[in-house]
Amino acid sequence: MILGVVWYVLVGVLIAGYALLDGFDLGVGILYPFIARSDNERAALRTSIGPVWDGNEVWLLTAGGALFAAFPAVYATVFSGFYLAMMLVLFCLIFRAVSLEYGGKSGRSRGWDLAFFLGSAVAALLLGVALGNIVRGIPIGANGEFSGHFFDLLNPLTLVIGLTGLAMIVVHGASWVCLKTEGALRKRAAAARSGAHWVFLLLVVVATLSAALIVPSQARTVVTNPVGWVAILVLVIGLVAARFAMVRQRDGLAFIGSAFGILGLVGIAAVGNYPALVPALDTPERSLTIANSHSSHLTLLAMLIITCIALPLVLGYTALVYRAFWGKVRA
Amino acid sequence: MDAVLLARIQFAFTVGYHFLFVPISLGSGVFMLLAGRRWYKTQSENDKAGYLFWLKLFSLTFVIGVATGITMEFAFGTNWATYSRFVGDIFGAPLAAEALFAFFLESTFLGVLLFGRGRVPRRFYYVSTWLVVGGALLSALWIIIANSWQQTPAGYTVENGRAVLTHFWAAAFNPSTLPRYFHTVFSTWVAGSFLAAAVAVYYLKRKRHTEFAKRTLVTAIIFGLVCSVAMPVIGDWQARVVGKEQPVKMAAYEGIFKTESDAGLLLFGVLDTKDQTVHAKVAIPGLLSWTLTGSTSGTVQGLDSVPQDQQPPLQATFASYRIMMWLGIYFILLLLVGLYLLIRKKLFTDRRYLTVLMWSAPLPMIAIEFGWIATEIGRQPWIVQGLLKTKDAASSVVPAGQIVATLALFVVVYALLFVVWFRKMRKAVVTGPQETIETGYSDTPAAAGAVAGAAGDLAAVPEEVKQ
Repeated sequence: MILGVVWYVLVGVLIAGYALLDGFDLGVGILYPFIARSDNERAALRTSIGPVWDGNEVWLLTAGGALFAAFPAVYATVFSGFYLAMMLVLFCLIFRAVSLEYGGKSGRSRGWDLAFFLGSAVAALLLGVALGNIVRGIPIGANGEFSGHFFDLLNPLTLVIGLTGLAMIVVHGASWVCLKTEGALRKRAAAARSGAHWVFLLLVVVATLSAALIVPSQARTVVTNPVGWVAILVLVIGLVAARFAMVRQRDGLAFIGSAFGILGLVGIAAVGNYPALVPALDTPERSLTIANSHSSHLTLLAMLIITCIALPLVLGYTALVYRAFWGKVRA
Repeated sequence: MDAVLLARIQFAFTVGYHFLFVPISLGSGVFMLLAGRRWYKTQSENDKAGYLFWLKLFSLTFVIGVATGITMEFAFGTNWATYSRFVGDIFGAPLAAEALFAFFLESTFLGVLLFGRGRVPRRFYYVSTWLVVGGALLSALWIIIANSWQQTPAGYTVENGRAVLTHFWAAAFNPSTLPRYFHTVFSTWVAGSFLAAAVAVYYLKRKRHTEFAKRTLVTAIIFGLVCSVAMPVIGDWQARVVGKEQPVKMAAYEGIFKTESDAGLLLFGVLDTKDQTVHAKVAIPGLLSWTLTGSTSGTVQGLDSVPQDQQPPLQATFASYRIMMWLGIYFILLLLVGLYLLIRKKLFTDRRYLTVLMWSAPLPMIAIEFGWIATEIGRQPWIVQGLLKTKDAASSVVPAGQIVATLALFVVVYALLFVVWFRKMRKAVVTGPQETIETGYSDTPAAAGAVAGAAGDLAAVPEEVKQ
């Protein structure tokens, strides 16, 4: 059981890692048609994420694999229950990957540019809506399977959370572009960053109020748990720091602020749901919790050893590669 | 059509498609590595061009492999939820380990290869090439571990209708893991060698890049021959494991209806499932018995040892296995002729041989696909040998209509991707190893301002433009 808790945290860490890293390159994809006005600028945006986006996306695959290994019942119920949504995410990721590598010289390939934008935007929105459903809870039958329909997944709370995630990713992407570019492109990115940040702030407030009304028990868990307060603090620091940094034109701090915002939100969701991974709507006893869906002790232990060996290596060489590509790209 | 059959068709299509690109990545990776090593040692412009040529073929293929690989990781949960619940305790770990140990490695350092030339130290760049190729080989190991556990489960016990891990190493290195891993990796190297040979012949015939072409052709023939000859040796090892662990599959491969001693290794035959016999049989007497039991008169279990509902579809298993085997023999013979011509110094001038060699390039891919079809269909009706049947493993909540819709989308999108990939590959080969991949990041930091952008797109720009 203690290993089950460890894995609950680790899956959360992997999801946060995905949101932090792939978050900014998804954001760049969403901003791409709006802030880049010339072939050179489009090229600069692609180049800014070119060396790293593929590694960033692996965080999603790792989170999926870890969920499969540590909580097979959750993986099975969520992926089959969200069938059409997951397939749509999948096609988005395929189009994005191929358009990033095959995109050709910008301006010559409107189709690839569109695929890059749509792939990024729809994937970001859907992943946010999926997270919204995990927070709200889904209908679960007596057999532990999803017992609703596709349209059950779309409702006010999940859409607000989805839009909040989208705004968060746009802020994060714009912060990245500010760090990596210069001149007119950076200026436009900074304007987008500021505007999106206000929208994000508004949505965080709306999402918080909706959650307090619609899922009061999760909201109560967050404010009664000290870890919940840490997450709230991280979110607030992130929001304030990012705004402060934008006013002072300090792009590094703005990116860190945006990263804190992401960590805070993922943390709040994780604390609110604990110990459930997927709460069951209206039938709490059917919720998929750590206790009723974790893998065997041996599997969790083996996975933990694997992670303790691999994750430091991954973090080490990822840092090395980010350092190698440090600095502005040329437009 | 029922949902399980549709889910099977979707899985077969998406995994069969994915596995067109994996062998080309793994195979071309070896040639990229050799070219990279050469460039690292000589630092000549020609060798740099040769390396960049292989990098381009590798990365064009790799990205499709990555994109279509995500489908597979999702598919277990989306389409095979009951399977995932049953095997999650064992099957999930290698998938997670694959991501942690292999995907991160290959993806991160491919970024260095595509964008880091001149930006990172020479040695860093060279080591990155090794890490990308090594990552791909590790990835293959983890996924073969997962698949092999379906074939020959070990290190587990069944509790409350779920397989539960009892011994990590026994499950990971179950009886069929290693032979199947080597069999797979060597087959991709054969495929890479035939691809390299085809490219080389294309240039030789047009008298372009002659030096590069000759060197590549010699490497391809020697390396391809070594790997092709290794295949039956590994195959023999694997056959013994199949004969012991999955005797019904072996009986289906060889068309053995009744348990017999003194079983021959079938070279040719027409399977007749109605009369339960093989017509027009050409076999090496006693060889199968000898392979499986160590004695030419050893007993080989026949299909009659299990009820019919535990037998795989016989024609499909039998035929795909035969196609794979004949093609394997053909590769050895063809490359032996190449070696003979090389020794007699006629290799580069024998146009007829070169033509046959060039047009044989797709055949290893066909052999690989049929090999997988044989091993996966041969396991039926089981999804996990002896433990869980395929018909009981699909997602119960996904309606057939949704599977049809997504299957149609897969067919359209994948067909489109194939056309795009093929055209890019063709263009890369026609252009040849004289041009370079623009990185967007400057080759030398000092010249950064002079570099025009456009990167990530692998666009080809002549070397002179850069400096």
